[in-house]
Order: sequence, then C-alpha cells, then structure tokens
Amino acid sequence: MSKRKPYTRELPSDWWMKQLFYTKYMIREGSSVFITLYSLILAWGVLRLSQGEVAFNAWMHSLQSPPAIILHLIALVLALYHTITWFSLAPKAVDLWFKGKRLDDKVIVSGHYAAFIVVTVFCILIITL
Amino acid sequence: MPEVKEKKYIRSHEPFFWGLFGAGGMLTAFLTPVMILITGLLIPLGIIDKGNFNYQAIHGFATTWVGAAIILVLVALPLWHTLHRIFHALHDLGIKRGRDWQMVLSYGFAFAVSVFTFTLLLQMY
Repeated sequence: MSKRKPYTRELPSDWWMKQLFYTKYMIREGSSVFITLYSLILAWGVLRLSQGEVAFNAWMHSLQSPPAIILHLIALVLALYHTITWFSLAPKAVDLWFKGKRLDDKVIVSGHYAAFIVVTVFCILIITL
Repeated sequence: MPEVKEKKYIRSHEPFFWGLFGAGGMLTAFLTPVMILITGLLIPLGIIDKGNFNYQAIHGFATTWVGAAIILVLVALPLWHTLHRIFHALHDLGIKRGRDWQMVLSYGFAFAVSVFTFTLLLQMY
C-alpha cells in the first residue's frame, strides 16, 4: 500500500449554484436526465407496441395523464436548451473553409437553426398529413 | 546516461464512447424537441389528430427493416449521449466512489436499453 496521501481540495456540492456560468452548465448536463426519461418512455412504447393494439393504445392513453404532460413539458424546454447549447458549440466542431477563408461562426450557427426548423416542420407534416 | 524509456500508450475506450456521444448529441439537438412535442404534447393533448400515429401505421412501420432501424436509432442513440453526460456529471458533483462501476452502470444502462429495444423490434419483424 502506498503511504502517499495526496491533498484533495474540498469541493462543496453546491459549487455550481454560485456562478451563473456553472449553473447553466449544470442545467445543460441535467437536461440529460429528462432526455433519458423520454427515451425510456419511448422504449416502453416499443414494448407496448410489440404486445398488440390494446397495449399500445393503453400506452398512448397513459401519456395523457397530467404528470406525463408536465414531464414532457419540462423535457421539451430542456431539450431545446440542449439544442441551443449544441448549436452554439457547432462552429468549434465544424471547421469549414470556403475559398481560402474560414466560414463565419454566425453562418454555421444559423445554418444549424435553419436545418432545425426544416427538420421540425418536416416531422410535424409527416405525422399530420 | 539515463536510459530513455519509450512511453507506453494505453489504448483508451474514450473515442468509441465519444463518437456515440457526438452522434447522439446531434440527433438529440435536431430531433428530440420535435419528437417530445409530437408524442408527448400535441398528440396526448389532442391538438393534432393522431393521424399517422396509430397502432396500424406505427406497427406497419416498425416491421419494415428501415422503420425498425429508424426507431432503434431514435430511441437508443440519445441514451449514449445522455448517459455519457450523466457519467461525467457524477464526477462534477464530487461523487468519487467506484468510478469504474459508475462507468459500467452508465454505459451499461445505455447498452441494456438499446438491446431491449433491438430485441423487441427483432421479435416484431
């Protein structure tokens, strides 16, 4: 056994509540919890789908309960927050050069938002039409 | 003269998980909001007609191989993103005990739900 005793700095568990930057970071990380729950609801829906029409309709019906609606509302807000943070980081990942010049960050970010709107409208149209 | 030792690099599994994290993050950014909006709010609240979201249509879609693949990706891929973040958030919250087990549980959870969904789709096919 090593006799070494490294110094570990004390970290209060609420360190992320003291600065807005860190709080926003933790909200982004926290969005993962709700998106995980949403994925689990969908995975459960696949199970109910495999069990036949009655089971699937019961699953659809359970989504109408007020707690389910509230959960999905929170998940939607956090998912949108994830989208915003993801798009604002996009210029760091997308390094596009055009005619010897690096594409402006604003172009990349607004391109993502444009694609997001197209995808969203497209999905709603598939379901409703 | 001191002997120059060649540094040994240990292969990391991080790139693999990070790839799934990135792909999942992309999918989550573009599709999760509209998915939640449709399945969680618009349909349950009756704002849009169930339209194509009824048992026959979804079952028909899920039993084609393209449809099954799409459903698997939509359900499971975000988990590889979110569980990666949750695993690292546990560190941020200062939970130091059993880091290796935290990792096994985090990615294991994403893996388990992926297998769960995959198996169900395979069974329906």
